[in-house]
Amino acid sequence: MMRYAETGYNLEIDLSRGNIERVETDPKLTELHLGGLGTNAKLLWDRVPPEVEPFSPDNLLIFAAGLLCGTPAPGANRTIVSAFSPQTLFMAFSMMGGFFAPELKHAGYDQVIIRGKSPSLVYLWIHNDKVEIRDASHLHGKGAIETAELIRRELKEPHAQVAAIGLAGENRVYMASIEHGRSSASRLGIGAVMGDKGLKAIAVRGTKDINIARPDQFMELCNEVMRYIPLRDGNPIPGVMPILAGLGSPKEMLIHDEKWHTENFMWGNARTRIKDYWTKDVEEKWKETQESVRTRLISCYNCPMKCGAIISVPGISTYMMKCFSKLTYTMAAYSDLDFGFRIAQRATEYGVDGFSTPQVMAFALELYEAGILTDQDFAGMPSDNEGKFYWLLDRIVRREGIGDVLANGVYWAARQIGKGAEAYDHNTIKKHEQLPLKLSMLNPIYFLMWATGEKINITQIEGNFPQAPFETREEREAFVKDWVHVPDEKIKEYFLNWEPRGENSFPYYPTVEATCEIVDWQETMHYIDDALGMCAGLSSFPLKPPYHIHNFPILISAATGMDIDKDALWKIAKRNRTLLRAINVRRGLRREDDRPPENHWKKRFPELETRLLDAYYKLKGFNKEGIPTKESLHELGMDYISADFAKRGIDNNGQSEEES
Amino acid sequence: MGKVKKKVKVIKIDLDKCNGCRACEVICSAFHASPKYSSSNPARARIRLIREPLQDVYLPVYAGEYTAAECMGRDKYVIDGKEYDECSFCRASCPSRDAFKEPDSGLPLKCDMCEDDPPQEEPLCVKWCINDALTYEEREEEVEEEAVPDEMETGLKALVDKYGLQNLMDSVARMSQKA
Ligand code: SF4
Ligand code: SF4
Ligand code: SF4
Repeated sequence: MMRYAETGYNLEIDLSRGNIERVETDPKLTELHLGGLGTNAKLLWDRVPPEVEPFSPDNLLIFAAGLLCGTPAPGANRTIVSAFSPQTLFMAFSMMGGFFAPELKHAGYDQVIIRGKSPSLVYLWIHNDKVEIRDASHLHGKGAIETAELIRRELKEPHAQVAAIGLAGENRVYMASIEHGRSSASRLGIGAVMGDKGLKAIAVRGTKDINIARPDQFMELCNEVMRYIPLRDGNPIPGVMPILAGLGSPKEMLIHDEKWHTENFMWGNARTRIKDYWTKDVEEKWKETQESVRTRLISCYNCPMKCGAIISVPGISTYMMKCFSKLTYTMAAYSDLDFGFRIAQRATEYGVDGFSTPQVMAFALELYEAGILTDQDFAGMPSDNEGKFYWLLDRIVRREGIGDVLANGVYWAARQIGKGAEAYDHNTIKKHEQLPLKLSMLNPIYFLMWATGEKINITQIEGNFPQAPFETREEREAFVKDWVHVPDEKIKEYFLNWEPRGENSFPYYPTVEATCEIVDWQETMHYIDDALGMCAGLSSFPLKPPYHIHNFPILISAATGMDIDKDALWKIAKRNRTLLRAINVRRGLRREDDRPPENHWKKRFPELETRLLDAYYKLKGFNKEGIPTKESLHELGMDYISADFAKRGIDNNGQSEEES
Repeated sequence: MGKVKKKVKVIKIDLDKCNGCRACEVICSAFHASPKYSSSNPARARIRLIREPLQDVYLPVYAGEYTAAECMGRDKYVIDGKEYDECSFCRASCPSRDAFKEPDSGLPLKCDMCEDDPPQEEPLCVKWCINDALTYEEREEEVEEEAVPDEMETGLKALVDKYGLQNLMDSVARMSQKA
């Protein structure tokens, strides 16, 4: 049977036994879950029981190329990497752009499923039908970017795409990332799982076709997307901060103006807000720094946006950067942009998450100042501010001394250190470090997204609805005019009536019901992207993107030959979202875990928050504990989950009438 | 022979504007699939991005003529301190490398400027390069009238390469006697 958009084959790799198998997949799974995150979740549900520890040979590490990767759909290039996270103990799904996923599809595979543990360090070489597990002992301790270069040279394959871990992954640091050129799968310790399996890298080269079911219709849509992108990007949305006014991921590499981040995000261990930071002097200096190190703006596969950059700081190796890691080290260390670009180079070679790592280091220095950690813990640390961060980074990735504790992330380190260190863990959700934001008035939309997002990362759930109300009615009316993206006209009303002040403002507006619908829409779009391998930067993340709930069904249908309409697509996204929740519920996730840090907002409204969570759960088909109910699982065709819950004594009865 | 007007199709390549997205490869391969757009596979594209990010090398190269034998020596360019690999600037489908060959059959690939009926407005790689690293222009040139090698001639040339001129002529002579 001819398969469209997907290849119809997975690679099963058992590293313990050195076994490699090519397995045909069931097309029914595509109908139910599309691919990418959806099919990853199904595999983890089916094959990894909840008792399995993240560092067990039975944990699976899955690299999936989304359903549309390798087709000409612009921006379809995401690799979705999944495993159980050593940090949260829940399911991790970290995604990376770049070139890996399309190459994997052209090699003839939708997913690479890795189990077991290799007795010695190895890498995987996938070249169409030829797949080998190769010795990587000579790559021990090598940087992630360096490793990719060495492998390409050793294979004499300049076109091979490589995803590799650095020293952090080898040492099972909980913040370890998987690096792939300008992109990385950074969050939730996925690189530590790769290191635990003894897998240094995967290199892939593919030269096979990916088929399209209805070529003319499909290309018409792709051409439309290509026409729309420059139009939309050339007309930034007025009244929205520059990095969010256009398309793509936040354009941190292009834009110099960092007033918003430096004055609204917290410095140090998510601790201090510096209100008048962005002076003319700072602006000039930072601009000069950025222009002097940024060699070129670069894209991912088949995407015209330029969210990444080649960074060449004199005296250190060239690397590639994207997004916000430009500021995370800078702000954690109360330093400047030059430092940020320099330390990020070392961090990239080590392969660590640019969100979590700086916070762990700032947290350690706070504990030192508070006397909870002592001189003994920091013996040998240089006295200059920047030097301290380099020193800490080196200790963490080598798991030396205090670094061994810090390598487990803020949450676990705080508990290991004790002596009141827990109080300094004030910016984690579900044991995972978050963006350094501390705000004033509760935002009901963000409350729900922070609290319930299964990705545990705000940028992976927020998006299509503006982050703040527009000042005037005219501005709002102008905005909704070409807002074809909304799933329902109601959303426009919510936005039109939303005021910065007065009755129709935070925290009671948008209303509980409206808030749930807004969150549901944004979340649904992310789940669609993550199954398709579509970059959020062209879809679920920016305002008025080229892809949306009305053209996706046509695109997917034309690519695959399945007939999917808006409702069917929405249902698939809901199925995937529910499956993820079920996987985590089976591993112990409950309502009490669904909450943002206590001090995320100064002004909290416990009664409203309860109502928000109740209403969200209800809309999602979860019971009051946040567990998917029998009825909703039945409706989504996942009775097997209820059966498993029953066996394990997990109560997933629905809400009774008087309760709801 | 006298002067004649000739339409010259030019794709201008601005390396500084290339962001390395490979959209040019994607669309070229899809366009040349049969049926049109029924599949995509950059390995079949008639344009190839040579990309060495760490050296800041971003070089789209078009597939040119098939050549039976590799060069006697190799060229290595250094431009603005950036060293380009051997053969980087060469457009030939050549035995010494795997660029510009069909992945299954090994048959040579050559950019045909997206010849189509009705004609495309502009080459598709240009259309999909919305950062304008690739731009298209047509101009007229006065050239000496010459017999432009047609398809038959190109085909014959390949046969000459393969079998030698004498063999080919003998065969043609035999065939014409039979006819
Ligand atoms: S929008 Fe940016 S991050 Fe997304 S695929 Fe394009 S270049 Fe990559
Ligand atoms: S489409 Fe343009 S920017 Fe992209 S790789 Fe090709 S030449 Fe470069
Ligand atoms: S002009 Fe047409 S045939 Fe030539 S490389 Fe570009 S897309 Fe391919």
